[in-house]
Amino acid sequence: MKEYFGTIFRSVRSLLKGMKLTGYYFTHPKEIQTEEYPDNRATLTMFDRFKGEVTMPHDENNEHRCTGCQACEIACPNGTIKIITKQELQPDGKKKKAIDTFVYHLELCTMCNLCVVACPSDAIVMGQSFEHSVYDKKQLKKVLNLPGSKIMEGVE
Amino acid sequence: MSLLGEDIVTEDGEFVINIGPQHPSTHGVLHLKVWLDGETIKRIQPHLGYIHRSIEKMSESLSYRNFIYATSRMDYLSAHINNQACALCVEKGLQVEVPDRAKAIRILMAELTRLSSHQLWWGCTGLDLGAVTPFFYAFRERESIMAIMEETCGARLTQNYCVPGGVMYDIHPNFRSRVKDTLKQIRSKFTEYEEILTGNVIFEQRTKGVGYISAEDAISFGCTGPTARGSGVSCDIRKLYPYDGYEKLQFKEILEQGGDCYARYMVRMAEMKQSVFIIEQLIDNIPEGEFQAKTKMVLKLPKGEFYQRVETARGELGVYIVSDGAASPYRIKYRSPNFSNLSALEKMATGTKIGDLVAIMSTIDLVIPDVDR
Ligand code: SF4
Ligand code: SF4
Repeated sequence: MKEYFGTIFRSVRSLLKGMKLTGYYFTHPKEIQTEEYPDNRATLTMFDRFKGEVTMPHDENNEHRCTGCQACEIACPNGTIKIITKQELQPDGKKKKAIDTFVYHLELCTMCNLCVVACPSDAIVMGQSFEHSVYDKKQLKKVLNLPGSKIMEGVE
Repeated sequence: MSLLGEDIVTEDGEFVINIGPQHPSTHGVLHLKVWLDGETIKRIQPHLGYIHRSIEKMSESLSYRNFIYATSRMDYLSAHINNQACALCVEKGLQVEVPDRAKAIRILMAELTRLSSHQLWWGCTGLDLGAVTPFFYAFRERESIMAIMEETCGARLTQNYCVPGGVMYDIHPNFRSRVKDTLKQIRSKFTEYEEILTGNVIFEQRTKGVGYISAEDAISFGCTGPTARGSGVSCDIRKLYPYDGYEKLQFKEILEQGGDCYARYMVRMAEMKQSVFIIEQLIDNIPEGEFQAKTKMVLKLPKGEFYQRVETARGELGVYIVSDGAASPYRIKYRSPNFSNLSALEKMATGTKIGDLVAIMSTIDLVIPDVDR
């Protein structure tokens, strides 16, 4: 009999203990938040290493660092990158391989960063944007080198 | 009426029902065919293949640098440890010496992964057994670990941070302080975890004595990780076959003798504390130096077979590479912990009630993409 009531007492106490904790957080909702997204959309900054998409930075003269060497294309495990090259006439009359179109299929990319690591001239970096959903899947195919852009002076 | 070509009610009056593949308590696309006598489980048959992505076959056409990223999608809650296993196996073949700094970073990340995985499991176990609150509490602490991962590795789950020879880039300058803050937060929350779930009378009654598996059975089904350690089987790869410098660290292998759901629960709860302990030892002693060994552009493993095992949050993951000397593997095989642990489900659940099946499954802590690969 004594044991019976002891069990009941212990059970109720264990439940109350849990309820006390729940009650504490119920009255202190600020302490139990994880992420506030999308409420904080305007102020949200991602970590600088966050892998959102592959981008190719261009400077103010519309110049990039890509030589069209295709190292990133080879490094990519799932065929996300297609490099179309062209032959460009140099001032000294020689022909040189250069980038024509850098095609990036965002829908295939796994954000593994292997292309960025493989690039010998640091032409591509990971961007921080992550809201990639679109209504038409054709929009996911991107060309990373901007129209009219050319390679930066001094990048081999 | 027929169902997969069989009758719903068998000749012995047993009722056949399908749990899954789209059922919240199976934590993924697992399809269980259950034979019931009233509410008592007579037989269970898992049907697999709903999330088979052919990762092993795919890896045969990828180079040794490229195949690692896909293993993040196997046991996605231990993504970093899977990557580490592959990197270790390739390093074994190449015979490169990994710098001490890289080793320490890898262990730190692996233990953080284990911690976050166990926290998610703790929340889900509560959820499965009818307590929704722990789920939110667990995600709060897990969130700060995810922030560490995001800051240093660039991704929350599928990090792809391990590369053959070390890690992809050095730790973030904020890494140390962020880890310390997180540890402080987590340590203070362990008592909360215990208050809200461990001591709870409903929880105890739903797990104690439920889903028993003996040590012999656990061994013969090939169970590893907390599932086997809950039955008293010593199988911690970090202790038995140390890798990446686990031999230099102080930590205990957690063993429980109960063999039931409660024992498996207690193993994971204690393992979280051990992970915190390991991180504490390393966080102020990360050696200086390189974070990546110099390796060739194109990696070629010598002809032969290589095997590496690691302890993920769910048990032993084995990576087996057969190389014919080319730039991509001839054959890759993963020995995944969840596949073997799942095979013990029938042994644990036969004779219990259908409501207990949920408790048993959540204490095995299955991740279905790892079963199918
Ligand atoms: S991040 Fe990975 S998947 Fe994406 S383009 Fe680069 S190498 Fe390919
Ligand atoms: S992005 Fe880099 S690796 Fe890719 S083609 Fe351009 S220079 Fe070569």
